[in-house]
Amino acid sequence: MKKLITTVALAASALVAGSAAMAADSIKIGDINHYKRLAAFAEPYRKGIELAQKEVNDAGGLLGKPMEYIFRDDDGKPGDAVKIAEELMTRDGAVMFSGAILSNVGLALSSFAGEKGFIYLASEPLADDLVWEAGNRYTFRLRTSTYVQAALLAEEAAKSDAVKYATIAPNYAYGKAAVEAFKKNLKALKPEVEFVTEQWPALFKIDAGAEVQAIERAKPDAIYNVTFGTDLQKFVREGTTRGLFDGRKVYGLLTGEPEYIEPLADEAPEGWFVTGYPWYSFTSGPEKEFVDAYEAAYPGETPRLGSLVGYMTAKSVAALITKAGSTDTEALVAAFADLKVDSPMGEITYRALDHQSTMGAYVGTTAVKDSKGVMVDWSYKDPTPYMPSTDEIKLMRPAE
Amino acid sequence: MGLFVAQLLTGLANAAALFLVASGLSLIFGVTRIVNFAHGSFYMLGAYVGVTLMSVLPGHFGFWGSIVAAGLIVGLIGVIVEICVLRPVYRAPELFQLVATFGVILVIQDLTLMIWGSEDRLGPRAPGLKKVVRILGEPIPQYDLALIAITPFLLFGLWWLITKTRVGILVRAATQDREMVGALGVNQSWLFTGVFFLGSALAGLGGAIQLPKGGADLLMDFNIIASVFVVVVIGGMGSIPGAFIAAVLISVLNVFGVTYVPQSTLVLMYVVMAIVLTVRPWGLLGREEKVGEHGQVGDPQRPIRPAGTTGRLLVTAFIAVLALLPLMGSTFLQVLLTDILIFCLFAASLQFILSTGGLVSFGHAVFFGGGAYVSALLVTYFDTPMELAFILAPFGAGLLAIGIGWFVIRLSGVYFAMLTMAFSQLVWSLVFQWGEVTGGDDGLVNIWPSDWLSETSAYYYFTLAVSVGGILMLRHITHSPFGYALRATRDSTRQAEATGMDVKKIQWAAFVVAGAFAGLAGGLFVFSKGSIFPDELDIATSFDALIVVFLGGVKTLSGGVVGAGFMESVKDWLTRMEYWRLILGLLIIGVVIIAPDGIVGSLRKLGERTGLVKEEESMR
Repeated sequence: MKKLITTVALAASALVAGSAAMAADSIKIGDINHYKRLAAFAEPYRKGIELAQKEVNDAGGLLGKPMEYIFRDDDGKPGDAVKIAEELMTRDGAVMFSGAILSNVGLALSSFAGEKGFIYLASEPLADDLVWEAGNRYTFRLRTSTYVQAALLAEEAAKSDAVKYATIAPNYAYGKAAVEAFKKNLKALKPEVEFVTEQWPALFKIDAGAEVQAIERAKPDAIYNVTFGTDLQKFVREGTTRGLFDGRKVYGLLTGEPEYIEPLADEAPEGWFVTGYPWYSFTSGPEKEFVDAYEAAYPGETPRLGSLVGYMTAKSVAALITKAGSTDTEALVAAFADLKVDSPMGEITYRALDHQSTMGAYVGTTAVKDSKGVMVDWSYKDPTPYMPSTDEIKLMRPAE
Repeated sequence: MGLFVAQLLTGLANAAALFLVASGLSLIFGVTRIVNFAHGSFYMLGAYVGVTLMSVLPGHFGFWGSIVAAGLIVGLIGVIVEICVLRPVYRAPELFQLVATFGVILVIQDLTLMIWGSEDRLGPRAPGLKKVVRILGEPIPQYDLALIAITPFLLFGLWWLITKTRVGILVRAATQDREMVGALGVNQSWLFTGVFFLGSALAGLGGAIQLPKGGADLLMDFNIIASVFVVVVIGGMGSIPGAFIAAVLISVLNVFGVTYVPQSTLVLMYVVMAIVLTVRPWGLLGREEKVGEHGQVGDPQRPIRPAGTTGRLLVTAFIAVLALLPLMGSTFLQVLLTDILIFCLFAASLQFILSTGGLVSFGHAVFFGGGAYVSALLVTYFDTPMELAFILAPFGAGLLAIGIGWFVIRLSGVYFAMLTMAFSQLVWSLVFQWGEVTGGDDGLVNIWPSDWLSETSAYYYFTLAVSVGGILMLRHITHSPFGYALRATRDSTRQAEATGMDVKKIQWAAFVVAGAFAGLAGGLFVFSKGSIFPDELDIATSFDALIVVFLGGVKTLSGGVVGAGFMESVKDWLTRMEYWRLILGLLIIGVVIIAPDGIVGSLRKLGERTGLVKEEESMR
């Protein structure tokens, strides 16, 4: 038992030492992410935040104080994330926190924020429940909702003459929501479509050969793809080799994001209609300015969608604190209502209705140029017309 | 018909990499008795080394040469790991080495990230094998056919090596009786190193050979390890042909699963494993477990005694300090200690079954998460008051333990461990894929305590009372007649039976007790976090508990609690750093080498040697 005392005493003293080192005069914001578990997505995100933070501080900071982001790794575990959030808020003196890519971590943080009355800006999680079914007073969300992105693809799909669809999506909540939204929107636009097969590979454990065979067996006219990351790589390779995509329309959610299409290099699929981020073809305006600033800040690197999301997260926080004029939680909650933020995508608004931002999405067709997967014929879509109606949202969102 | 054949071929092609990795693990286990958690990391390294070499070396020769070279390089890395990390701890208690291999996983993860960066690498295609062949009208990639052709050669090569060569004879002899081989003058340590080289090289080869069908990414290690364990266990530990049959079985089954039950592919594998192990406890081609019958490696476990007056006073004082903490400490310190206390109770419950009962469970998280889910489901669906939902958590977990215990208790040793893992993964995959009820991976949220406990300090006191109470109760059970009986079944099954004890029933009861206390910890956990997700049932959570028990000292009573306290505090402190996994991994390896009896066990020995602690006093 003596040893236990020593251990805990050591741990305690380490903690005390840690808190003493805390700098006093800055506005701190915590960011919790899977910096190790999903390094490929979280690193560009962090760089985006750091770029925005530098810009804010070069312009004089917030309320006369410097803005200071504290980055913490949660190892992808919701339980750890909640503990770290508590630590950031109660010990490190953060005024609010942001972060998370995995939906489950986002949901855990949002529930925690609602219970304890801390502000959480869900920057990247893909779960729409964050602002709808499980929404609460203190949780706000930046990233374009999955529902809207699926609706954008459904709109395009309805224009084609394909009737029989196959879907493939990772077998977890995000994949399920993405398929459901696509089906709902497509059926509404074109009631005669039928879904001949639904494939659900386990996330990051796809058996691509078998999936391709199963889809081929159903003989669909078109395919709706929600797989991403390594699953997408394997699916594209097996599908191309076995001729699955020949003569078929493919609609890919997130497929055009640099995170996912760049590793495919010259094997990137061609002619898919996807959502993504065509940073390489911007020519002017705030879109281009961001890309230039990012490339200048990180020589040899190109922006990912995660970079943009990170940048917009920090910019949203800056706009929020400036508008509130204080860092008091209630003032911040009030300021979040219809908060307007200038972003590389133009002005976005955090809707008072459901705390969802109006960050939009780029849609376009994939192509291979100079041995690289890119999006061509792309356009930027404002999400508002694609959202569920105000009444539907009010029905979904729990009363405050 | 064409499709059926095509699916069969896909399954056979998928089996290639799985077989290579699994046969390596099987070999290593068969000879060294080390359950090598880091085997998935060698697979990942094989993929990264392979992809790097292929980008420099051109053509056919470059491609196939890279695969072989990746195997050799990873084999050498395996040798380094064996010599530096595992050699010093061969004499430690059985299965202790798995803690060291866990440290190796962490180190390799961070080093891979440092060297190759975070971006996923797509594997190059095999030159000359980029197209498809039409078989009965179905397209089959040429590389799949190449894999199907190569695998039997590798199987035959390994079989020849093991059955026909002198090295193979030595390996087989060592698999059956290590001591005897040593007594006959064979240099055991080099034999072990050699086997480790071969096993790691096979894993590396597996990683490199799958490149044209996938690539290299940082999640590969954990993604494959569960399936590899399943294959090794179904095939029979130590059996190469068994690994082959099981790899084919699992891969083919998976291909058909994708077509006919696309929603339940995860569940399928574990159902098969549970069925095979229930019918054939030693796997398809495995041999009956003999190890452990004549006692364990290392010092015999000491008799236990209730703590002396000094010990009791110290513990009381310590608890008093904990109780006074909210008066002076920060809120966060209370939150951190709440986490640590919950984990301590969880670890103590594992220690009870593992150390006192001598039954190594690889799936203890199923009861921790199970208890948490019982509470969460009650709150979500029936609006059960928090108090009732909390009290029902240990009962739910206990019921689960009665069910799982009925299947697993008939086995012992490593096969017991593997079957517990199979069942816990089965429950995990059910929870994960039954989204309508359990919320799938989006879990159940908004499970917060009642108003009187919602303050941080209030919940801290509640956790303190329940955890300390639980730990003391487990200690009390250990010192009760039931505890004595349980230790008798551990130390000598035959003698215990001869004195009229119903060994299996006692072990089953102990399994249920351990499960119920883990469920209690789970109940505390869910209300402290306000949410529960399938991760808490996952194999990784089981390993976390296992690691702290071994780290604290498996042959002690307080090891689990000390290990949990140590690990959680260190983790909280280290995760602030950029490469915290590397540091944590090295720290774990360091502790393992310096203190092969665990923290408590080694400190006790040190105390005795220096005369600070008298031997009798230390028998706590």
